[in-house]
This record gives sequence, C-alpha cells and structure tokens, in this order.
Amino acid sequence: MSEHEQKQESTMSRRRFIRNSGLVAGGLVGGGILGGLIGANMNKDGTATEENAHTNGHNQVAYQQSPLYFTNPEIFGILQAAVERIYPKDENGPGANDLDVPFFIDHQLAGSWGNNTREYMQGPFFPGSNFQGYQSPLKRHEVFDVGLVALQTYSNDKFNKPFAELEGEQQDEILTAFEEDKVELRGVTSRTFFNILRAATIEGVYADPAYAGNKNMEGWKMKDFPGHQMSYINQIESEKFVKIEPNSLHSYTK
Amino acid sequence: MAKTLPKTDAVIVGVGWAGGIIAAELGKQGLKVVGLERGKERGVKDYYVVHDELRYGIRYELMQDLSKETITFRNQGKERALPMRQLGSFLLGEGLGGSGVHWNGHTFRFLPYDFEIKSQTVKKYGEAKIKGLQVQDWGITYDELEPYFYEFEKAAGIGGEEGELGPKRANPFPNPPMKETPITARFKEAAKSLGMKPYHMPSGNMSQAYENQYGAKLAPCQYCAFCERFGCEYGAKADPTVAVIPFAKETGNVDIRNFANVTEIIHDGKKATGVRYVDVQTKEEFIQPAEMVILTSYVMNNTRLLLTSKLGRPYNPDTGSGVIGKNYCYQILPGSAGFFDEEQFNTFMGAGALGATVDDYNGDNFDHSDLGFIHGGSISLNQSGYRPIQYNMVPTDTPKWGSKFKENSIKYFTRALSIGTQGASMPVQHNYMDLDPSYKDAYGLPLLRLTYDFTEQDKNLYNYVGKITDKIMQEMGPAKINDRQQLEHYDIVPYQTTHNTGGVIMGAEPETSAVNNYLQMWDAENVFVIGASAFPHNGGYNPTGTVGALAYRAAEGIIKYSKEGGLLA
Ligand SMILES: Cc1cc2nc3c(=O)[nH]c(=O)nc-3n(C[C@H](O)[C@H](O)[C@H](O)COP(=O)(O)OP(=O)(O)OC[C@H]3O[C@@H](n4cnc5c(N)ncnc54)[C@H](O)[C@@H]3O)c2cc1C
Ligand code: SF4
Repeated sequence: MSEHEQKQESTMSRRRFIRNSGLVAGGLVGGGILGGLIGANMNKDGTATEENAHTNGHNQVAYQQSPLYFTNPEIFGILQAAVERIYPKDENGPGANDLDVPFFIDHQLAGSWGNNTREYMQGPFFPGSNFQGYQSPLKRHEVFDVGLVALQTYSNDKFNKPFAELEGEQQDEILTAFEEDKVELRGVTSRTFFNILRAATIEGVYADPAYAGNKNMEGWKMKDFPGHQMSYINQIESEKFVKIEPNSLHSYTK
Repeated sequence: MAKTLPKTDAVIVGVGWAGGIIAAELGKQGLKVVGLERGKERGVKDYYVVHDELRYGIRYELMQDLSKETITFRNQGKERALPMRQLGSFLLGEGLGGSGVHWNGHTFRFLPYDFEIKSQTVKKYGEAKIKGLQVQDWGITYDELEPYFYEFEKAAGIGGEEGELGPKRANPFPNPPMKETPITARFKEAAKSLGMKPYHMPSGNMSQAYENQYGAKLAPCQYCAFCERFGCEYGAKADPTVAVIPFAKETGNVDIRNFANVTEIIHDGKKATGVRYVDVQTKEEFIQPAEMVILTSYVMNNTRLLLTSKLGRPYNPDTGSGVIGKNYCYQILPGSAGFFDEEQFNTFMGAGALGATVDDYNGDNFDHSDLGFIHGGSISLNQSGYRPIQYNMVPTDTPKWGSKFKENSIKYFTRALSIGTQGASMPVQHNYMDLDPSYKDAYGLPLLRLTYDFTEQDKNLYNYVGKITDKIMQEMGPAKINDRQQLEHYDIVPYQTTHNTGGVIMGAEPETSAVNNYLQMWDAENVFVIGASAFPHNGGYNPTGTVGALAYRAAEGIIKYSKEGGLLA
C-alpha cells in the first residue's frame, strides 16, 4: 500500500468510526481525549448546547443520549458497531444506532440489571453443564467490559484494525466466532457475552422509549406494534388487520 | 433473640391463591389467622404504569428476588447441582397474591382419570404399562372434588363452556366464555375439520362484570394483551388480591404481615407449635405460635420448609422410600408454529386466557394400547397478545441476528401463530427434590435442590402429540410450519411453564404420601400443606384450577380439625 493509499484508508476509517460511534465532526478536534463528547455536540467551552444537540422529535433535547455507564468512547464505539450488525439499518427501517440502542444498553448496565441485583450471585462458581444456565461470577456490566475489549483485541489480532473500523462482513465474522464460543474470555464464555449482547440489542429496539432506546417508537412501528394501549375490546373481533398509532408509557403522565 | 408473639389459631405461610383462600375461609368461620408473606403488599393501585414489557415481561419485576433465595438444579444425581442464578424455565411468585397476580388465568379441572391414574391405567392396559413410572392414585376422586372446583371457579369468576371430552360439571361456569376472535375461530375450524371437539378455554379474565361469593367486584377484561407476567390495572383478572384477600381482611380475623419470611416450622415431632420468621427489611426475628400451621408457600418452599425443619420423612431417591421431595413433575410442551405469508393477524391484541382448546389427546381420551406413553395433554391456541421483545418468531432457517433476522422477525410478528400443549408429566424415582449440601439462602438456610430430567415417557408423549399439533396447524393453512426441536434434556434457561408440582404429595396411604385428601400431614396432624406440591403427578392442564379446588377442600378440613382434632382421613 502506498503512503497515499494508507492515508486515504485511515481518513476513510476515521470517518466511518465517527459515523459508527455517533460522534459528530468537531468532537474529535483537539486530540485524544474524547470522553464526554459522545452523542452530544459540544461548544468551545465544552458544554452541550440545545441548538446543536441531537433532537428527539419535536425539537426537544434528547438528554437521555448520554452515557451513564461507559467512560471510554473507544469502547462505546465498539458497542455501537456491534449492535448495528445485530440489528442493522436496512430497507426495513432504522438500525440499532438510529434507535439509540447503545444508550439503552449503557443505561441498563448502569442500573439493577447491569449489577445483577435481583439474581443469585453467591459462590462457589463452577462452569456448569449446557442446561444449568448462567454461572459466571461476573456481573453483566463486567461481562460487557470483558467482552467489548475482547472484540477489539480479536479484531486487532486478526485484521490489524479496531473492530469499529472493519467492514461489516469482517465484524460479522468476529461476532460469529464469539457466538460459537471460539474465543477465550476471562470469567465468562464468549457465547454468554454474545447472547447477552444480542438480547440487550433486541430489548433496546423494542423497549418503551422511556428506557432511551426505540427512538420515537420507530422499533414498534416496524412491527406494527402499537405499544401501550388501554383496551382492544372494540377491535379484538375484527376480521381485518387494525393499524394503530403507537403510544408509549409517557402518555400515563401526559 | 427472636421475639415471641401472642398465639393465634392458624398461621399461614405465603399468601397467594392457596393462602388467600384459606385466609378467607378460616376468617369467615371466626378463626383467628395470621398470614405471613415474604414479599410486599400490592394490588390494583400498583399497576398504574404496568404496560411496560421490559420491566415486567423481561426483567420479571413482580417475581421472586433470587438474590435472597433460589433453587439449585442438575439433570442427574451424579452431577453437581448449581444455583438457578436467574429466572428462566419457571417464574416463581413473591409478594401479596403470589403468582396469582401475574398468571394468565387458564383455569381447568384435572380429568377424572388423573385422580385415579394408577388404578385406571392398570385396569385397562395392565401393570406393564406403568413400569418405571411412580404414578399413584390421589386418594380422592373427581366426583368428590367436583363441588370444590366450583367454589374456586366462583371465587375466580371463571368464564367458559363445557368441553365434550372434559370433566362433567354439576353447574355451568359462573361466567360466559370470552370473545371469539378470527384467531381462535381459525383454530376451532381446523380442529373440527379433523374430527376434534374444540371449545373456548376456561378463563380467569372476566368476560363480563362479575361479583363473587365474597362480594368482590371484578371489571370486564379489556383484552389489553399485557396480562401474562403483568398485574391487571382494571381488576379484571382473577387475582387473589382482588378476589379473596380483601374479604379475608374485612372479616377482622385475618392479620396479614408482609416482608415476613418464614424460616422454620417449630414442632415436637408430632405437632407443630408455630413458625419462626424474619422481617426481611428490619431483619428482626419473631416466633408466631399457632394451633395450626398451614403451608401455602408454593411447591418449592412447601417442600423446603419441611426438609429444613425436619418434619416428615425425607424422600430417598435410591430406595424410593420416604415422601418429602417425592414425585417432582413438570410439564411437556409439544407445539407448532405456523407462518402465514399472505395474512396479517391482530396478534398484539389478546388476553391471558383467551383461547380455544381440544381434549381429544388428553388423559385417556384416546387409546394408548400401542403407544409408549400414558396420558397426553390439552392442545390450545392461546391469544394472550404478542409483545415485541419476547415474540420474535421466525422460520427455522432464519439466522439469529442480522438483516434476515430483522426482516423475518418484523414480518412474522403479525403473521405467525402457534399452538401449544400442556402435556402431562409422570413421576419417576430419580426426579425429586432435596436440600442442597452447599448453597444457602440470605438467611443461611440450605437451598432446595432439584434433580430433574425428561424421560422416555416424556419424549414419546412429546413426539406423538407434536404430530397432532402439526396437523391442526397444517389445517389452519400457513405457508410454513417450523420443525420442532427434539426433546432432549431439561434446560433451566428458556421459559417453559410455572407448573411445577409434587414434593408433598397426597394419597390414601401414609406409606407413599405426605398428606391425606384434606392435605393434612400424616406425620403432624395440625400441619396442612396446600398447593400443587400435593399433586402426585402433573396432568394435561394448567394446575391452578385443581390447586384452588384442593385449597377449598383443605379449608373444610382445617375448620373441621379446629373443632374435632385428629387425623381427618
Ligand atoms: C407467568 C405465569 C403464568 C401462569 N399462568 C397460569 C395459568 O394460566 N393457569 C394456571 O392454572 N396457572 C398458571 N400459572 C401458575 C399459577 O400462577 C400458580 O399455580 C398459582 O399462582 C400458585 O398459587 P399458590 O398460592 O400455590 O403459590 P404462589 O402464588 O406462588 O404463592 C406462594 C406465596 O408464598 C410466599 N412464600 C414463599 N416462601 C415463603 C416463606 N418462606 N415465607 C413467607 N412467604 C413465602 C411467596 O412469596 C408467594 O407469595 C402461571 C404462573 C406464571 C408465573
Ligand atoms: S387482558 Fe384483561 S384481564 Fe388481562 S390484564 Fe388486560 S384487562 Fe386485565
């Protein structure tokens, strides 16, 4: 590869990284420290402004598009790239990133689910058979810490590039290796990590928008699912398919 | 030091359907009752923002907090049992009303065959037919239990129509069946054209406004589709916190204490004197003395409390002797998923117990002479309402993620229908419950250990009935039907049913059963153990109709015992 090509390649992948990670141009200016810039536009003194911030529908600031768990944009970028492969944007509609799934997962990892608070986490720990379920001593947020870094390491080893900069098929190849338990992780199997990642992605697509994913109920619209409705007593006998505008939990307090 | 409280007539451990019914019936008779429930108080007022699939349907907010207590599990005795760290295969209840808050409401009566399964099977097919199965008669017949079924159906406002092949009824259902929908009608037409006899599923979602024998007023069901795993914000679901617990409290004789986790039955080897419990919030310990101890803490804890308190004879899986922990059974679930390319259905509308059922392959309604199994199951199409996280039905050859998965899971969300079976589950010597030797709960007590795997009987039943569900589905006219997975080993992870049974089984003989047909312990006459724990095997229906009947039967026994004492049977 000539120097010129190499340069082009790296600008290309840098652009893709910006796109994939949801960072807006400008956020990268000024060197290595990207923390705090994820998902929101910053002005010069580093505060989010209402005008440039991502808006959510009716010109409201989407304050929920901010990480509560992740601290390192490189790691968050891996998550963004991975969920997009699991639930890609295509002719059927928006993908995981358009739906804010990474923010959904981030918020979940910061809370009760990420910390396994309602689950039995006492030792001793043993791997268990295929029929005995989750047996890792790691909490889910730790599983993501381990798993996302492992995606990066695997990617660097195999393709000499960070995961987020790979072509889609290459990313799929890596995710498949994890799904098939071909990668050795510390404290958890790669299959378990993949299965949690997959489940969390689907949850982020379809959970109520109150949880920061399923942006504008777009996930529900794809499935013709009308969300929260008080009653179907007048439609349940209908011979025809009934299309209903979706409604979210927000309507309880409106 | 535990604080000893004033003595009461009866102490009830766990306040779900079983505990709620006992509280209402004993309170009505003027007995003083203390109800101890480890979870929080809750009711219709708490279901204001309940249409949240993630919170209730996926994260199981209304169910047991496993950080405090779970079970351990292994398929076979030679393996090391490991804790069920997350809810999966079944969803244990916790909090006032127990699982009755978030159940569906399918409310069947077990078949006459179930109660006399051993004698009827042997009589018709010979002794060889039950070889290897630890089946036994229940010590009561369907006819004896019939009035108690009706009591429960009245309390729960069950709506339905009598099925031709189901058990005979002395009275019509308290309510009419639920609405017919294009989906339930489609199933019925298909079943009929195959010569089967479909009927509307008996439902605990009110088909009209209803007032029960306790003066509880239930609203008509709205078919809102957030039913199974959710509480009903309308008070339209048969739920103990709506149907029986308010009346129990109104009697003035029932004191229900929440956050009260019972840790021990105190006894002298012949009779119980009360229970020990811990306030799970303040951690204070109490002793509640009582004339009678009633366990209604579900299959798992009914069994575990007896074992940890050393009351009754523990089951020995090597010899088949002993009774506490014996005959754990589950449910076999053959079914068919059909994919309709040309039609879109209102799959997102529904109610927990809206559906249609056939009994043609249930119990001994068909000839088993040449079959490698006994019993069968009820086959139903249940329109409980699809929700988008839980329901991603796709044809078998679809990848599990990526564009194709997205396309198919979106397309078939409103274009896939499924038929399911509640297949009966037969006991064998090596499927049982005992105490785990190493894992403990939050209070330092051993966890219950479950040793369970599917048997040849289960696999044969599964394969046979699965072909029937395929036939019905085929008749419904889908473009494609999914291949059924083989039934291999029981897996604790995917949700199957919360229809666990056994452990403290009933019968006519003290040798082979733990409780008599009033659910009174043979070995401790003032202890009654109520729930599906009393089932010697699991039948081909959802269990709660039969649990409710047994609870009414037990209530009668408890009242009788409070006057006369002694063994009732
Ligand atoms: C999602 C779901 C759907 C279902 N759908 C159906 C259906 O359609 N039809 C059907 O027939 N059945 C159904 N079931 C099963 C049904 O809910 C149960 O059979 C029924 O509720 C059992 O009632 P119970 O009173 O025996 O036990 P539970 O309802 O489990 O009540 C036991 C209570 O005891 C308390 N407890 C336990 N241990 C202690 C202790 N140590 N100290 C104090 N309290 C304690 C628990 O917190 C709980 O509240 C369903 C279950 C689930 C989870
Ligand atoms: S489907 Fe009916 S019974 Fe079930 S929660 Fe909705 S309104 Fe209540």
